[in-house]
Amino acid sequence: MSTTLTSKHRSTLRGGHLPKWSPLAIIAGSVAAGLGISAAAGLHSSIQWALIAAVVFVVATYGIAAKVEGRRQAKDRIATSLIWVAFLLAVIPLASLVWETVKRGVKVFDVYFLTHSMGVVADTEPGGGIYHAIIGTLEQVGLASLIAVPIGVLTAIYLVEYGKGKLAKAITFFVDVMTGIPSIVAGLFILSFWILILDMGYSGFAGSLALSILMMPVVVRSTEEMLKLVPNELREASLALGVPKWRTILKVVLPTSIGGITTGVMLAVARITGETAPMLLLVWGTNFINNNPFEGPQASLPLYIYQQYANSSGANAAYDRAWAAALALIAFVMILNLVARGIARWKAPSQH
Amino acid sequence: MDISTHTPTAPPPSPRPGQAENRTVRGATRPGDRIFLGLSRGSGIALLLIMASIAVFLTYRAFKVLPEDTGNFFTTFEWNTNVTPPDFGIAVLVFGTVVSSIIAMALAVPVAVGIALFLTHYAPRRLSGPIAYVIDLLAAVPSIVYGLWGALILVPNLDGLYGWLDDYLGWTGIFDWQGGAPRSLLTVGILLAIMILPIITNVSREVFRQVPRMHEEAALALGATRWEVVRMSVLPFGRSGVISASMLGLGRALGETIAVATVLSPTFEIKASLLDPGGGTFAQNIASKFGEATEQGRDALIASGLVLFVITLLVNGAARLIIARRAEYSGANA
Repeated sequence: MSTTLTSKHRSTLRGGHLPKWSPLAIIAGSVAAGLGISAAAGLHSSIQWALIAAVVFVVATYGIAAKVEGRRQAKDRIATSLIWVAFLLAVIPLASLVWETVKRGVKVFDVYFLTHSMGVVADTEPGGGIYHAIIGTLEQVGLASLIAVPIGVLTAIYLVEYGKGKLAKAITFFVDVMTGIPSIVAGLFILSFWILILDMGYSGFAGSLALSILMMPVVVRSTEEMLKLVPNELREASLALGVPKWRTILKVVLPTSIGGITTGVMLAVARITGETAPMLLLVWGTNFINNNPFEGPQASLPLYIYQQYANSSGANAAYDRAWAAALALIAFVMILNLVARGIARWKAPSQH
Repeated sequence: MDISTHTPTAPPPSPRPGQAENRTVRGATRPGDRIFLGLSRGSGIALLLIMASIAVFLTYRAFKVLPEDTGNFFTTFEWNTNVTPPDFGIAVLVFGTVVSSIIAMALAVPVAVGIALFLTHYAPRRLSGPIAYVIDLLAAVPSIVYGLWGALILVPNLDGLYGWLDDYLGWTGIFDWQGGAPRSLLTVGILLAIMILPIITNVSREVFRQVPRMHEEAALALGATRWEVVRMSVLPFGRSGVISASMLGLGRALGETIAVATVLSPTFEIKASLLDPGGGTFAQNIASKFGEATEQGRDALIASGLVLFVITLLVNGAARLIIARRAEYSGANA
């Protein structure tokens, strides 16, 4: 701390300042130094020269800034560059993920791909599509929502409108715990209960049961938040008019918060659409179109991607299909997300 | 226990939304009200029943096979479950799960905190909004897509890093590389780190945004640099939030199945080197062994799933405790 006081720029109030372009200049200099040193020493690993450049950069920044601006400013500059590096470091894989999926996905992504199944196509050959998987996913996710949304919304209503005491506390706690259940454990539970003990076969519905377990806590959480935003005055006004409590909830509380609840449900749907692990255990997957979710193995979009990757022994045609299906899945999830956020913004309950 | 909702009670000390009408005298006595209350309470109870039955059914199936196990469930390095008598243990899975999660946390948490700070305190404002939105969306990318990307893009690009680690750090034994495909626990850790990055970033960013403006302005007024503001007011305030965000990420990393299954080439052994293919995690083992498992084999997998369930419960419970403590203290902090 005392260094700033003893710096030679004491006469001006602000002390010395490096020009704005100095970080860029130091970056350029250190990259050049890294390249130069590596070339001179005959190192060819790009990690090596990047590391040398990084060391040169840190030392140079600290040295120069400490000399001109003081040691505290130098530390600040190092921290700033570290934080920029953290950001850039994270952007690389995430951008690559999106870019590669789109780039490789569009290869076979067309109307034919969306409207045909894999029924007569061997896994290693080109052709075929994801129609059966789309059917499967829509049915499974739809059934899961049919189970999870009513239970989730009603539970949230109980917690917000009625809940007090031990039962409500226990529910709140276990909803939180439930949020953290790994999807494979939900799958194992349905497997042990539905398939091993009740002896039902693999079916889309078994998958829906597992998905609904994953979906419930998310719906409860988001609905709870939305119900809490409904102003108490609205409830009181309705009750004061002699409206029964249940009608108040149905006609006043729910309509007020319906936008937020819809958003929460859609985000939950987006989350479970991408679940692969329970599908692997319960739905089993097939190459044929199976419109009946209650009987026989079905396909599902995430499972399709996994099986195209895993069962094709490296055939390029299968990888192309896997990428295209991944693109379809991401597009579906992203559209759900965007629409959900749109609704949230459009229908947000005003808090005043 | 909760029958009190039927009877008028004293108003609660801090009125929460929805509770004002508990004071209505005849509210809950109408048939419509009773049905509605019954429905909503029934849903809550159904939720509790589901949680309970997860534990009960997994335990029931697990204990059908555990007495048959000729090995020690916790120390055996084998997974031969389709023969009678079966011989299996979870030692390798515990090791693989813990190691890959530690790597993921060590890589993801500092970077995620960095991004969160970048978005709240360093980035130009015009940039930070859209970036935060995009990172929010990235949290929704399904894990199978990460898995596909990891197996087909990340793995082929890791040769350079592996070679470098082997050259300079190979003498430690941990980073010794025999030259196989980089489908090892380290790769799994890196992929998991990328996967949990968005969620840790999001939660941390939310916490950092809640830092009282006064704290930061006070630090600035004393002449603190931006880094000193972050260190003195932002990080102490956000510490517990970052910890619970990390726990959320950890819970995800522990239970991640399909991305690990696509990237790892599993063997049932514990290797000193993180760079050599091998090892396995709970979830990955379940996914890859399930297809060929007999009924006995499935029960064994369910037994390992039960252990995973308990571990994630503990991690989530710890995260909840930290959040609860934070709620207590935040009044004093603000």
